[in-house]
Amino acid sequence: MTRRVVITGIGVRAPGGSGTKEFWDLLTAGRTATRRISFFDAAPFRSRVAAEADFFPEAEGFSPREIRRMDRATQFAVACTREAVADSGLEFAGVDPYRVGVSLGSAVASATSLENEYLVMADKGREWLVDPDYLSPHMFDYLSPGVMPAEVAWAAGAEGPVTMVSDGCTSGLDAVGYGVQLIREGSADVMIAGASDTPISPIVLACFDAIKATTTRNDDPEHASRPFDASRNGFVLAEGSAMFVLEEYEAAKARGAQIYAEVTGYATRCNAYHMTGLKKDGREMAEAIRAALDESRIDPTVVDYVNAHGSGTKQNDRHETAAFKIALGQHAYDVPVSSIKSMVGHSLGAIGSIEIAACALAIKHDVVPPTANLHTPDPECDLDYVPLTAREQRVDSVLTVGSGFGGFQSAMILRAPEGVKA
Amino acid sequence: MTSKDGLNDVNGRNARTVITGIGITAPNGLGTEAFWKAVLAGHTGIAPVTRFDASRYAASLAGQIDDFDAAEHLGSRLLPQTDPSTRLALVAADWALTDAGVSPDTLPDYDMGVVTSNALGGFDFTHREFDKLWSKGPDFVSVYESFAWFYAVNTGQISIRHKLRGPSAALVGEQAGGLDALGHARRTIRRGTPLVVAGGVDSALDPWGYVSQLAGGRVTTATDPARAYLPFSADASGYVPGEGGAILVTEDEASARERGVQQIYGELAGYAATFDPAPGSGRPPALRRAAEAALADAGLAPGDIDVVFADGAGVPELDAAEAEAISAVFGAGAVPVTAPKALTGRLYSGGGPLDVATALLSIRDGVIPPTPTGAPVPEAYGLDLVQGAPRDRRVRTALVLARGRHGFNSAVVVRGA
Repeated sequence: MTRRVVITGIGVRAPGGSGTKEFWDLLTAGRTATRRISFFDAAPFRSRVAAEADFFPEAEGFSPREIRRMDRATQFAVACTREAVADSGLEFAGVDPYRVGVSLGSAVASATSLENEYLVMADKGREWLVDPDYLSPHMFDYLSPGVMPAEVAWAAGAEGPVTMVSDGCTSGLDAVGYGVQLIREGSADVMIAGASDTPISPIVLACFDAIKATTTRNDDPEHASRPFDASRNGFVLAEGSAMFVLEEYEAAKARGAQIYAEVTGYATRCNAYHMTGLKKDGREMAEAIRAALDESRIDPTVVDYVNAHGSGTKQNDRHETAAFKIALGQHAYDVPVSSIKSMVGHSLGAIGSIEIAACALAIKHDVVPPTANLHTPDPECDLDYVPLTAREQRVDSVLTVGSGFGGFQSAMILRAPEGVKA
Repeated sequence: MTSKDGLNDVNGRNARTVITGIGITAPNGLGTEAFWKAVLAGHTGIAPVTRFDASRYAASLAGQIDDFDAAEHLGSRLLPQTDPSTRLALVAADWALTDAGVSPDTLPDYDMGVVTSNALGGFDFTHREFDKLWSKGPDFVSVYESFAWFYAVNTGQISIRHKLRGPSAALVGEQAGGLDALGHARRTIRRGTPLVVAGGVDSALDPWGYVSQLAGGRVTTATDPARAYLPFSADASGYVPGEGGAILVTEDEASARERGVQQIYGELAGYAATFDPAPGSGRPPALRRAAEAALADAGLAPGDIDVVFADGAGVPELDAAEAEAISAVFGAGAVPVTAPKALTGRLYSGGGPLDVATALLSIRDGVIPPTPTGAPVPEAYGLDLVQGAPRDRRVRTALVLARGRHGFNSAVVVRGA
């Protein structure tokens, strides 16, 4: 008998609010959380806006030692894990720890901490032979970030399979896909799955400056993330995390758990084309979508909402619009498609999980979040992108996609339990 | 309805995954046969650090790959955009695919994927870009930095070089992640993708990377390359960091035979992973459970295993814990144990896949490679450690163990084809 996997707990730390409720309020109000970078002086950089999260570790309940020990990205992941575990209502004490695993996505992991340590050890770039006297005991964990999933495992008491999935900007989607696979195949009964990235730092900003991937709309930060709009000129860097409790469906049902959604299909492909560039035709993403629909055993017309990658770069938004047309056919023109990156920015590896949270909440509340800042659509982006205002409508089946450096193209289908809500 | 990567196992849980190609870049040998010869002869790749002046640092040794000329193997387009670790990974993948007789048109589009593990990222490259940013400014940062650095770089570059468009991924699990990559490759094959290039290669031997490895507190300060990294020895004092690893071609057996594969090194018969409990929880460590679960997954009993390739941390309390786990599974001294990684240093994501490759060669040639000799193995370990000289013995099955800092435990069982 096929094991099915459902989401029973959600935790979110995204720009513009703390926790799942504030996140959903932001999205449904169509408010944006992008702003002028405040974490450091961004004056020397080409792109100077970001979606920063107001995250206060003390208020989150972290002890001084935890704050010292955990990198910012780890704190986000652990805070979300705690929220998701509480939300699930699952009594972890009653579950065999070996049957609980962790699958944490992150694209650049401890990049911000690496840079902070570098500045001291290398004296801001003056010493190639970094000074060992200034070596932090946590430096190893910033170099090799296994500690991130480890902290999540400790927070949840997981002793089963634990890993970090680091597929660049599809990490958040792929980490949940990985967790789903482990439950399906019987390697675990419960997975703590999700992603975290806190990349707002000079080196990461410089990376994207160098290839002109981020926006230069510096004089209008609140409206800088403009997916599908003709005036878009790059993505807005962001930070955040979302974590989920995934459970085997029958066990979740038996304990009377709240079920947000079932993950019925997941697929990923590579374009084998370019580390950062996309072909215009979108065929590999279309293939991932086709495979995810196939796995879900549904026709494209069943999809009620498409959560787009919608990063707001010129090439991405056309690429995935083409992919939707191939994979969904005529239905691509009928189904609402939106990008929440217009509001919470692009948090690299984390955003795929944050978007899954948005999809699960869209199913729960029967609301499609909008694409903010979309006033004048790019003529080549000719679908229904739900401009500016959230839309109340029946949402039982959702497609969410991701596209990332390295050529990764991923797609996932989430559905209300038993396909439709009661 | 067919699905290449359904969440269900299209090929079934009983479909066999086999290894049909091996590519090795190790400090003591480039290429499978050079490496294997060095391992059997006990030639070490550990030496004083030569890439930079390490005189200010507490440690001074590394497993460096010194005779590797990337330009000889890779096109000029790739050199400016790749870290040393990625160059090694690309060459290892080239060799593995050549060994397996696979080219981009061997199988239909989307039927070949890539799963690598990576624990350190493109760190040497990144260190140089940090320097440019902070000494000259953002305009001087390379257009390649955004992808030369991140952990997915080797998967992406291998995919592009060989036009592999199937399901792919990059996993991080410190020194255990390389075995997880092989486990995920088998999972991907079972879900319907016939061939997955899988393994791990790492390197961080620039000054900042090297010093950051020392921060972990487990790198030896010994200075004699022959007596520095001595797993299970009474005078073990830590490990030596190295660079390199192995990339393997893993395939669905039926598909491999159908395409007329040249050789099958063995079957990836079992895999499992566990995580140690939180510090202070009072619960037992989980390595034993990973080993037992991998054996069960392979349908084997402890008595069926001919050799254990140990994680061999080279840190006394970690060696003792591993010895205890091995003895608990097999009985004291009941199975030969070896740790040839003492000749390369610990290779992070590369360590597990290189051990799997070594185990497959052990099966092929009927010989167990030795662990370099240190002081005697403490009696309390109860280990039959293969030391000094290779041990001739028919090897049909091997258990490979890997552990990662903070509690990762992964285990793979390989079986002769």
